[in-house]
Amino acid sequence: MLKQIQQLGANTLGTLQGLGRATLMLFGALWGRPRPLKNWHLYMKQIYVVGVLSLLIILVSGLFIGMVLALQGYTVLAKFGAEQMLGPLVALSLLRELGPVVTALLFAGRAGSALTAEIGLMKATEQLSSMEMMAVDPLRRVIAPRFWAGVISMPLLALIFNAVGILGGHLVGVDWLGVDAGGYWSAMQANVDFQQDVVNGVIKSIVFAFIVTVIALHKGFDAVPTSEGISQATTQTVVTASLAVLGFDFVLTAVMFGG
Amino acid sequence: MEFGLDKPLVDIQNLTFRRGDRVIYDDMSMQFQRGKVTAIMGPSGIGKTTLLRLIGGQLKPDSGKILFEGADIPKLSRQDLYQARKKMSMLFQSGALFTEMSVFDNVAFPIREHTRLPEAIIRTMVLMKLEAVGLRGARDLMPGELSGGMARRAALARAIALDPQLIMYDEPFAGQDPISMGVIVRLIRSLNDALGLTSIVVSHDVAEVMSIADYVYVVAERRVIGHGTPEQLRRHESPLVQQFLQGQADGPVPFHFKAADYATELMELSR
Repeated sequence: MLKQIQQLGANTLGTLQGLGRATLMLFGALWGRPRPLKNWHLYMKQIYVVGVLSLLIILVSGLFIGMVLALQGYTVLAKFGAEQMLGPLVALSLLRELGPVVTALLFAGRAGSALTAEIGLMKATEQLSSMEMMAVDPLRRVIAPRFWAGVISMPLLALIFNAVGILGGHLVGVDWLGVDAGGYWSAMQANVDFQQDVVNGVIKSIVFAFIVTVIALHKGFDAVPTSEGISQATTQTVVTASLAVLGFDFVLTAVMFGG
Repeated sequence: MEFGLDKPLVDIQNLTFRRGDRVIYDDMSMQFQRGKVTAIMGPSGIGKTTLLRLIGGQLKPDSGKILFEGADIPKLSRQDLYQARKKMSMLFQSGALFTEMSVFDNVAFPIREHTRLPEAIIRTMVLMKLEAVGLRGARDLMPGELSGGMARRAALARAIALDPQLIMYDEPFAGQDPISMGVIVRLIRSLNDALGLTSIVVSHDVAEVMSIADYVYVVAERRVIGHGTPEQLRRHESPLVQQFLQGQADGPVPFHFKAADYATELMELSR
């Protein structure tokens, strides 16, 4: 019993120390005057790697989730003769919840793990150390571009996810199940509020982008520089980032839509 | 900065460094003279690399001074430390080339980061450095396509790209075949003399070190156990130094890791 309490204390302290190191890392990367002009090609490259290369998985998942939503929603709505509400159902589910959350989860798996592994390997092969010895700050040169790439890309990916999902819902609901196309769109227009639904969804995905990217970068930067350490760090990125996203999603949802 | 040329470039005074509870260095002092190749030898696992990281300011000592051109490295502000690092460079054991850049871009990296020179001049500088290590023809290869010895030479070209005053070699001979070992031995000496560098070589390859070093420190058990020119060291009276230089398996450094009594332990197993 005493041992478990000790373990709990040790884990808590470990987590807090990790948070502290992550904050220091972020501070070191972002503090001071940014030089996007000199390093713009680094930023472009990272946005490409982190954002553009994640497009495919986002497009495909968005499409299928939209289609499944329409299919599931239709069977329930049809029972009450409310098929024309399919549009708002699909759109609101995506905008408020599924878009930001699923994008964040996919992003953690696709881009977050890659970031962790890349940085962990750069650390293990002493590339970060040698950069430091060449008087180039790895936090500025390596961490900062990846951080901004993540924070810029993910909200955009979430918006694309939403758009594709709504089209997927249209494909199943209208083209297959025969919901009236005008009804699908007009009910959506009438029931989706820009401020309440679209903006809140974007805020959510910005928060998730921050969480996932920082966790991925920190786990890589803090990885034990061995093959085992990097594999553990990569796993931890996906697990921790996913759980953190779900946890924060609940909090944000409660604040935004709870009252 | 006016600083006497006769004074050592790097002067380590009474350095103590701990990692956790383990004392790595206990009140150790060393001097590295300008224009010389100074070697640090010692058994593996005594933190020779740690010493280079201390000089580079990547680690901070618990006490003592590390003077580089008269400035105490651990006490420098972040900005001054980065300025000081521009005058030193380090060749890592793995080479630590950036894997996503070609050899050319790797060598150009420090120049592009720290200067605003036009690309044509950068090209000339890079080709000169690559020529010095004999890899001008390999400039378009990626680090993954190089052999271990070539990677280390490419990294050497990158290390001298900004004409540093001090260059630190971390185990430059480890894991090299005899030919590339010979190449690197020659390079360290010729670069040192041609560019007026000060070189610190950390290694446990006795023969190679003794052949190029002007001065050698033998480090073991947290301190310097012997130092002098290679000639002086060969005649050193300490049995520990002699054991290391001649590579005897047993001696003051025991063959066996500290353990309980052999017979007792075997008896315990069979019980």
